[in-house]
Amino acid sequence: MSDVAWIDSVLRSARPQAVGALVRYFRSLDQAEEAFQEACLRALKNWPINGPPRDPTAWLLMVGRNAGLDETRRRSKSTSLPADDQISDLGDTEADIAERLDNSHYRDDVLRLLFICCHPDLPAVQQIALALRIVSGLSVKEIARAFLVGESAMEQRITRAKSRVARADVPFETPGAIERAERLAAVAAMIYLVFNEGYSASGGDQHVRVPLCDEAIRLARLLLGLFASEPEIMGLTALLLLQHARTAARLDSDDEIIVLEDQDRRQWDRDMIAEGLALIEKAHRHRRPGPYQLQAAIAAVHARAPQAAATAWSEIDQLYGELERMQPSPVVTLNRAVAVSKVHGPAAALAMIEPLAEPLGGYFHFFGLRGGLLMQLGRANEARTAFDQAIALAHTPAEAAHIRRHLDRLIAESRPA
Amino acid sequence: MLYAFLCCHDEAIPNSWTKAEDEAVLTKRAKVTDKLAARGKLGPAVRLMPRTAATTVRMGRDPVVLDGPFAETKEALLGFYLIDCDSLEEAIDIAKDIGREEKVVFEIRPVKLYLPQGKAS
Repeated sequence: MSDVAWIDSVLRSARPQAVGALVRYFRSLDQAEEAFQEACLRALKNWPINGPPRDPTAWLLMVGRNAGLDETRRRSKSTSLPADDQISDLGDTEADIAERLDNSHYRDDVLRLLFICCHPDLPAVQQIALALRIVSGLSVKEIARAFLVGESAMEQRITRAKSRVARADVPFETPGAIERAERLAAVAAMIYLVFNEGYSASGGDQHVRVPLCDEAIRLARLLLGLFASEPEIMGLTALLLLQHARTAARLDSDDEIIVLEDQDRRQWDRDMIAEGLALIEKAHRHRRPGPYQLQAAIAAVHARAPQAAATAWSEIDQLYGELERMQPSPVVTLNRAVAVSKVHGPAAALAMIEPLAEPLGGYFHFFGLRGGLLMQLGRANEARTAFDQAIALAHTPAEAAHIRRHLDRLIAESRPA
Repeated sequence: MLYAFLCCHDEAIPNSWTKAEDEAVLTKRAKVTDKLAARGKLGPAVRLMPRTAATTVRMGRDPVVLDGPFAETKEALLGFYLIDCDSLEEAIDIAKDIGREEKVVFEIRPVKLYLPQGKAS
């Protein structure tokens, strides 16, 4: 690995901690970003000559802090506005900062940084974009590409999101236990969103966007590294790993969706599966089940089955039942219906999803499953109607093509032999 | 003498590699380790899962089970090789060879007891 590539990966991995601490220090996202940027430039100039520092994150933090302070002083001179109060305020924290360099102290900084990005006023896409920009350090161009929008449109969105969170009042004191738990839950949900956007894209013509999934896993691992005893964060990380392990098998060479039961399981990533299963086992010891752990457990049942036919569907049915109790949602019931159809047959599953027609009237997967069940029951005309509705609601060409294959099969079967 | 080569690194860095970058490092290393294996010098090699998968048992009157690694250090133990070396000198050379162009840290520790199949030979 070349020096530049190596420095690049160091800067990337140090970024959440360093920017998080700089935000605490400057109490401004923009200032923290500028300061980190400056520190990175100096690292690129300095490290190849003097060799890497022992603790790159601490180096970046110190250099960034000093660069930011210089900038503040320079500005205060050129605008002749007395920024004394600001500077003395920074001085107070100076002694503190050096002592706060170990991992346990970074954790609230990183959590705060992530938490700032998932401001409830921001639509999901903006939360994701902001986190990718600020925490992961992806360029606007990379994020724009991930969302398949123009660079200037994405730039605008991020700027708008930033000014929104700048006005929000996020306290900078070390959070109390309850507040920390609330932040953690919000951040976990945001990481899940990042993953979902990659796992099954909400638009564009790419059905799976691997970089978003990779980034979500990196963020989840980062969070778990900081909060090592949180079973739900273990569950979240396990869930993402187990889902992402199937990526190589999910689309064929024409980018068409391959459903779970038809996937070549040899293409599943065994390392990710093993890590996911290990995390579930660890989480289980805490005896504090939660929605992420349950979803991970469901993914684990699939991961453990050597072939589709060996899937323990009754276990999946039972796990979805627990999830329904814990977090009632029509989407959970819909997913449970798949397991029910395998255990008790398509008629039972169809009866189960009929009441969902109203809440899920605009949901692609509802009509996809309904069509599939009707097809199994030999009700071809009704199945066709459901599949037509599904196609109208498809988000990506791959989703539409998948349903179209079912329709083709129905048409072929209805032809007299 | 058998030496253990403990591979230590800031875990966040390999964690942020893409699959392709990760494989490139392993392929590069295999060029060295395959040769050692051919000469019968390479023992088992282990790559550990991330520290987030670790559990620590601290023994005492009431043993305590903790999530996470034993030590909160920046440079974590990521894995190890066991290599039969004629001297420390050779061990150091081999470490330099395996880690070429990387920023990994190798801690080289002579092995006191080696039970390849779990029983003393």
